[in-house]
Amino acid sequence: MSATVTARREPGGPSANVSSRRLTERVFRIREFGIIAVLVVFVAITMSIQPSFLDEQNIQFLLINTTVFALLALGETIVVVSRNVDLSIGSVLGLSAYLSAGLFGEHHGIPVPVVFLAGLGIGLACGIANGLMVAVGRVPSLVVTLATLYIIRGIDTLIVGGNEVTAQTLPAAFTNIAHASAGGVPYVAIAVAAVIGLGAYYLRAFRSGRELYAIGSNPEAARLAGIGVGRRVFTAFTISGGIAGVAGVLWAAQYQTVDSLAGTGYELTVISAVVVGGVAIFGGSGSAVGAAVGALLLSAINSALNVLGISQLWLEAIAGFLLLVAITLDRVISVKLVAALRRRSSGVGT
Amino acid sequence: MLALRHAAKSFGAVHAVVDGSADLYAGEAHALVGENGAGKSTLVKMLAGVHQPDEGELLIDGRPATLHSPAAARDAGIAVIYQEPTLFPDLTVAENIFMGRQPLRAGRRIDRRLMRAEAAALFERLGVRLDPGRICRGLSIADQQIVEIAKALSLDARVIVMDEPTAALSAAEVARLFEVVRALRAGGAAVLFISHRLEEVFEICQRVTVMRDGRPVLTSGLAGLTADDLVRAMVGRQLAQRAAAGRRQPGEEVLRVDRLTREGVFTDISFRVRTGEIVVLAGLVGSGRSEVARAVFGIDRYDAGSVTLAGQPLRRASPATAMAAGVGYVPEDRRQQGLVMDMSVQQNMALASLDRLRKAGLIRSAAERAFAADWAQRLRLKYGRLTDPVSRLSGGNQQKVVLAKWLGRGPSLLIVDEPTRGIDIATKAEVHALLARLATGGVAILMISSELPEVLQTGDRILVMREGRITAEYSRAEATEEAVMAAATGQLETRAS
Repeated sequence: MSATVTARREPGGPSANVSSRRLTERVFRIREFGIIAVLVVFVAITMSIQPSFLDEQNIQFLLINTTVFALLALGETIVVVSRNVDLSIGSVLGLSAYLSAGLFGEHHGIPVPVVFLAGLGIGLACGIANGLMVAVGRVPSLVVTLATLYIIRGIDTLIVGGNEVTAQTLPAAFTNIAHASAGGVPYVAIAVAAVIGLGAYYLRAFRSGRELYAIGSNPEAARLAGIGVGRRVFTAFTISGGIAGVAGVLWAAQYQTVDSLAGTGYELTVISAVVVGGVAIFGGSGSAVGAAVGALLLSAINSALNVLGISQLWLEAIAGFLLLVAITLDRVISVKLVAALRRRSSGVGT
Repeated sequence: MLALRHAAKSFGAVHAVVDGSADLYAGEAHALVGENGAGKSTLVKMLAGVHQPDEGELLIDGRPATLHSPAAARDAGIAVIYQEPTLFPDLTVAENIFMGRQPLRAGRRIDRRLMRAEAAALFERLGVRLDPGRICRGLSIADQQIVEIAKALSLDARVIVMDEPTAALSAAEVARLFEVVRALRAGGAAVLFISHRLEEVFEICQRVTVMRDGRPVLTSGLAGLTADDLVRAMVGRQLAQRAAAGRRQPGEEVLRVDRLTREGVFTDISFRVRTGEIVVLAGLVGSGRSEVARAVFGIDRYDAGSVTLAGQPLRRASPATAMAAGVGYVPEDRRQQGLVMDMSVQQNMALASLDRLRKAGLIRSAAERAFAADWAQRLRLKYGRLTDPVSRLSGGNQQKVVLAKWLGRGPSLLIVDEPTRGIDIATKAEVHALLARLATGGVAILMISSELPEVLQTGDRILVMREGRITAEYSRAEATEEAVMAAATGQLETRAS
């Protein structure tokens, strides 16, 4: 017994430190590694069957298709790591898409950036409403955002009625956003990738970002650590709403026809992408990059079905299956991980 | 350095702390001991800023201070380490230590490298090896406490409160923790150490405060005191008069538990309960009493041993079988486990007897009402209407509803876990009388209680558990508060050896 006690007081040997560091880092990246590996394997298999899968046009199509989902996945990640969920993003996207793109018809010559700001504003307003109810009203976010999913969609339907924004009313400067590209890579994809990179960096390197993880990991401990839980959660919902608003404008530029159904059901696709991308659904871990790769994987499956001539009807079944695989993997990995960490800490001499 | 003077705190009608006073000095470890319910935890929560005292004052460095929140206590230099550490399992050890106070570099970004280096430096000061970069999930309780202590160090906490830090630790882990405590003391911190293990108190502390019924009854340097002195001070009250109940003659054996073991929870538990007998499982909170009861009733699994009811082996892990065999179980936490708070009084009472109250698969509400009214009268339940939600009743009356629920089934064995916790004295006496009546009527009763007077007053036989084992058995005549307390805190073995 006394031998163990003395052993513990020795300074850590270098070899022990290095091996433990390696394990930890593997642990940290494992979630994103897994999803990227799945994406690579999937692309390789599809390529071997149908080489045209990765031609320039298809890639461009794939990236453009992914932008909206990847952007929404960033906002959703920020909410989900704090052990909350935002189900209203599809409705926010729909409302923002109609109202902002509609500005072109009402005010001829309105600058494109102003339209983006309008979309951002609409999204922020929705996000603030969600955030207030969750943070101040202390209502579970699942209930709040389920309610606002229907309310915002209802408002959207009332405003839109049987109308729609049509491509003719949209200026070329706007519709080109979705298609202009540099060397085959669409500008939108670059911009969205940059935004996701910034978001991921925020979550990783800033106190407020880390506090979101802390809240999601153990809300009670977060309170005891003096973190302003309500304020952080409110901010997360505001950001998610704002991002959904901007995504709505992008959506309008991409599809050019906006009716009252725009974005219906997107919330579930986005949450799937986030979970497939390795963000723990009960908060505390996962990254924005992983979520974006998750979105890319779902789009790639969609696109592969197209290329391989398989009916689109399969898409939902495959997405659901992937979700199960992701969640099962997540469970298995975390159980294995805890076991590995236990073994290791006992090796250190507990 | 820190002094609490005449602090009082009540929860409703319960006076948890009447006159809490303690003085902590720099470089000294001060022990706080007392029975369950003596007010130790409430006192800790006042220091932690979780509860505010109703009366009295807190002095820090001689100046009065108010702690509105855990953050305020932290800023005042008080760090509390709870029995169950509160960490973020998904984040790294270093992040856990510095959450909200991470070292920053340009642009208000977190300086991860510096954060890890500082965490490593803290562990070096504490003389422990822990990788700051690993996540906290999977850390042993001992290592989690080390992380909490490192957090306290990083805050320059001058007062460190440890609430039963050793309860879940092995001997080697305790030895390491004590090295850390000694290092903290040497660094000039004041430590308030709460423990039920008196040998630890003598090992690590210089002064002691013994609390009883919300008051300090002894504050003194430990030099010259013995464990017996502390036990006497902890128990010290005038012995409650024992109910001069007519001696019941125990009949046939109802429950027989043989060498029951659940890995890491309880070991080698054997006892029997006969008709007309009240057997009490005494011991400290966490000694494994409730877990034994749960295993007997079939809620939890056990790894070895057997449970026999009226000569028939009872299937393990099946509450339905236990119920069918005539076992009733009144759990410790009546709000969470004993009642459906939003359902009505009568629905709650009928819950365990639905098979007798139904006809063609439907519950006859007239029968349910009659059933409930009958039991409400027998137990002298105070209620508005039987259809009121049970949450409207007082704690004592809620407990009567739980009892009625099981008594309605006419059990041959009734397991009651802390039946009078948080109940006023009058209702408490009623519950005791009820249990005695039931025993006289031939029911076998297994009761768990943390209150010594209750243990001695109601028990025909008293089994004392400590750390998952039965350490002593007393008949009603043999049992004294000192003997039970000594067996529960491990003083018995020390003296025997």
